[in-house]
Amino acid sequence: MSKEIIKIEDLTREFTMGAETVRALRGVSFTVKEGEFVTIMGSSGSGKSTLLNILGCLDNPTSGTYKIDGVEMKDLSKNQLATIRNEKIGFIFQSYNLLARTSALENVELPLFYNSKVSSEVRRESALKALKMVGLEERMDHTPSQLSGGQQQRVAIARSLVNNPVMILADEATGNLDTRTAYEIMSIFQELNEQGITIVFVTHEPDIATFSSRTIVLKDGNIIRDQKNDKVQSAAYELAKLPKQDH
Amino acid sequence: MRLYNLLKIAFKAIVLNKTRTLLTMLGIIIGVASVIAMLAIGEGSKESIRATISSMGSNMITIRPGADDRGPARGSGGDVQTLILADYEEIKEQASLLSNITPVVNGGGQVINGSNNWPSTIFGVNPEYLEIKAVGLQSGSMFTDAEVKSASKVALIGQTVVENVFPDGQDPVGQMIRFNNIPFKVIGVLEEKGENTFGQDQDDVVIAPFTTVQKRILAIDYLNQIMASAVSEDDATEAVEQVTEILRKQHKLMDNEDDDFTVRSMEELISTFSSTSEMLTILLVAVAGISLLIGGIGIMNIMYVSVKERTKEIGLRMAVGGKGADILMQFLIEAILISITGGIIGVTLGLGSTIFIEKFLHWPTSVALYSIIISFAVCAITGIFFGWYPARKASALDPITALRYE
Ligand SMILES: Nc1ncnc2c1ncn2[C@@H]1O[C@H](COP(=O)(O)OP(=O)(O)OP(=O)(O)O)[C@@H](O)[C@H]1O
Ligand SMILES: [Mg+2]
Repeated sequence: MSKEIIKIEDLTREFTMGAETVRALRGVSFTVKEGEFVTIMGSSGSGKSTLLNILGCLDNPTSGTYKIDGVEMKDLSKNQLATIRNEKIGFIFQSYNLLARTSALENVELPLFYNSKVSSEVRRESALKALKMVGLEERMDHTPSQLSGGQQQRVAIARSLVNNPVMILADEATGNLDTRTAYEIMSIFQELNEQGITIVFVTHEPDIATFSSRTIVLKDGNIIRDQKNDKVQSAAYELAKLPKQDH
Repeated sequence: MRLYNLLKIAFKAIVLNKTRTLLTMLGIIIGVASVIAMLAIGEGSKESIRATISSMGSNMITIRPGADDRGPARGSGGDVQTLILADYEEIKEQASLLSNITPVVNGGGQVINGSNNWPSTIFGVNPEYLEIKAVGLQSGSMFTDAEVKSASKVALIGQTVVENVFPDGQDPVGQMIRFNNIPFKVIGVLEEKGENTFGQDQDDVVIAPFTTVQKRILAIDYLNQIMASAVSEDDATEAVEQVTEILRKQHKLMDNEDDDFTVRSMEELISTFSSTSEMLTILLVAVAGISLLIGGIGIMNIMYVSVKERTKEIGLRMAVGGKGADILMQFLIEAILISITGGIIGVTLGLGSTIFIEKFLHWPTSVALYSIIISFAVCAITGIFFGWYPARKASALDPITALRYE
C-alpha cells in the first residue's frame, strides 16, 4: 500500500481579474499514497477549495504538475479527464451543487448516467445503496428544495460514492452537519478508507481532522504544515461515546 | 445506451422546464401556423383567378382597339374606334388557326318588362359567341345568322336579368322586353355562370345580334371588340400572331408603327391577372415572413437564455463525468424535441385555421407544400441552432468555470 496515487509538484494557481492577480496557490507540493486519509485545513481564503478543484480535475493549475497514478493530467484530453472524474473520483462540493427540481435519487444517479457500462437497474441499485449509507433512503423522492441543508449535503455525499471511486475529494462535507451526523458521515468515510479508498478531506474543524491519518495546513496558498497523525481516532467509537439523543 | 440515457436526460429537462418549453414552442407554433395560413390564402386566390379565367373559355382570343396598355380587362373599347367590321371579315377569312369568331359591340342600358326595370349590359354578337365564351343555354335557342343579317330584334338574357325583370317566375322565352326602349323578343335564357373572381356578375347580360345592337341601340359604325377562339389551346399563341399580322396589313401599318389594336389570348390574360394576385401573395409572404422572423427571434431568445441560465447545470454534469459531446447532445436533443413538437403543432394549427378561413370566411385557400416545409425548416433550424450554439460554448468551459457561472 505505498503506490503514489496523487503527486503534485510546485502547483500554482492564479486568478486574473482585470489588472489584479489573485495568487490562490503559490507552489504547493505533496504526494498522497493510495489508502491515505488526508485532511486539508486552513483559514478561509487560504486556497483549500482551489487546490481540491485541481485535484478533482475540475480546474487547471497555472503552473506545476499533477499526476494521478503516475499519469500527468496536463497531457490528457478533456474527454479523458471527464472519464477520470466519472470513474475514479468522487467529488463533494462545498456548495453541494445538486440539480434543482430533481429527486434525491436522480441526483445521486447522475454520474452513472454518463457511464454507458452501467445499466439502469444497476444505476438505481447503486444510487439507493449510496443513499442508504448516508441515511436518506426515505427521502429519495424529495427534491433539494424539500431537504434541509444537512440533508442536501448528504445527498451530495451519496452522489460522490455512487460510482465506487478510488478517491473521494470532499470540500467541507460536514460543514453543515451537527456533531452527531458529522461523526456518522466520518465513520462512513473511515469505513470506505479501510476498504482502500483514498480520501482528501477539506475541513475547518480540528476534531474532524483527528479522524484522518494526515493533516496538511494551508496559509495564503502555501503549505505551512504537513503532519502524520499517529493517533487516528475512530469515528464509530466517538459516535458511541456521544450522549444518546432523544429520538 | 448512451443515446438512450441522453434522451432520458433531455426529456426530463423538458418536463422540468414546462414554461420555457411552452414559450419556445409558442414562437414556433405561431411562426409556422401563420406562414402556412398566409400562403394558403395567397395561393388560393391565385388558383381561383385561374379557374375563373379558364371557365370563360380557355382558347379564347380577344382583339381590342387601341394599343396594348397591359391593364386588366376594360369594359369596352372606350373611345378608340380603330376596329371595324371589315377587320372582322378579313380575320374570319384569312386566319386559319381560329375556329370561331364574332364581332362584339356592347353598351349599358335599362331592361324593362312592364313595371320591372333593371340596369344591365347588352352585347351585340353573332351566334358563334356561345361557343367562344363556353356558355350554354338553359332554355330557348340562339339566334341564327339570318337573324343577324336582318338585324332582328331578338335577345337572350342571363339569370340575373331573368330574376329582376321576370320576378314572378314566368318563362321569359317568347316574352317581349325593352332595352333602352327598343323592343326585343326573348328567345333564350343563358345558363348560370355566377360571379367571377373580380366580382363581376356574369349573368347580368343581354345578348342580341350585333347588327341590331350596333345600329338600333348604340348607333355606331365601329366594333368594341372581336372575340375568337383558337382551334386548340396550344395554337392560341400562334393564332395571336396570325391575327396581329392580318390586322397590321389591314390597317396598313408601317414596320416602325405600333399596333393600334391589342390581341390577347386567355393564357396571357391569366398571367396578367396572376401577376396581380402574385402581388397579393408577395404581400402575404412578407407578413408571414415577418411573423416567422419574430417567431425565430423568440425561439432564439428563449433558447439562448435558457442555456445560459443552465450553465451551472452544465458545469455539474461535466464535473460528474459528462463529456462535452454528451452535454451538446443533450441540448441538441432537447432543442430538436421542442422544435419538432412545436413545428408539428404549428402545422396542425396552420392547416386548421386554413380550413376555418375557407369554411367560415369563404376565402379560397390552397395549402402549398413548400410553405409547410419552409416554415417548419426555418423554425426547427433556428430552435436547434440556438439550442446548440450556447450549449457548445458552455460545454467548452472548464467544469469549475461553468459551475461558478452566475
Ligand atoms: N474563480 C476565482 N476568481 C478569482 N479569485 C478566486 C477564484 N476562486 C478563488 N479565488 C480566490 O482565491 C483565494 C482562495 O480561494 P478558495 O476558495 O480556495 O479558499 P478556501 O480556502 O476554500 O476558503 P473557504 O474556507 O472560505 O472555502 C481567495 O482569495 C479567493 O478570493
Ligand atoms: Mg472553500
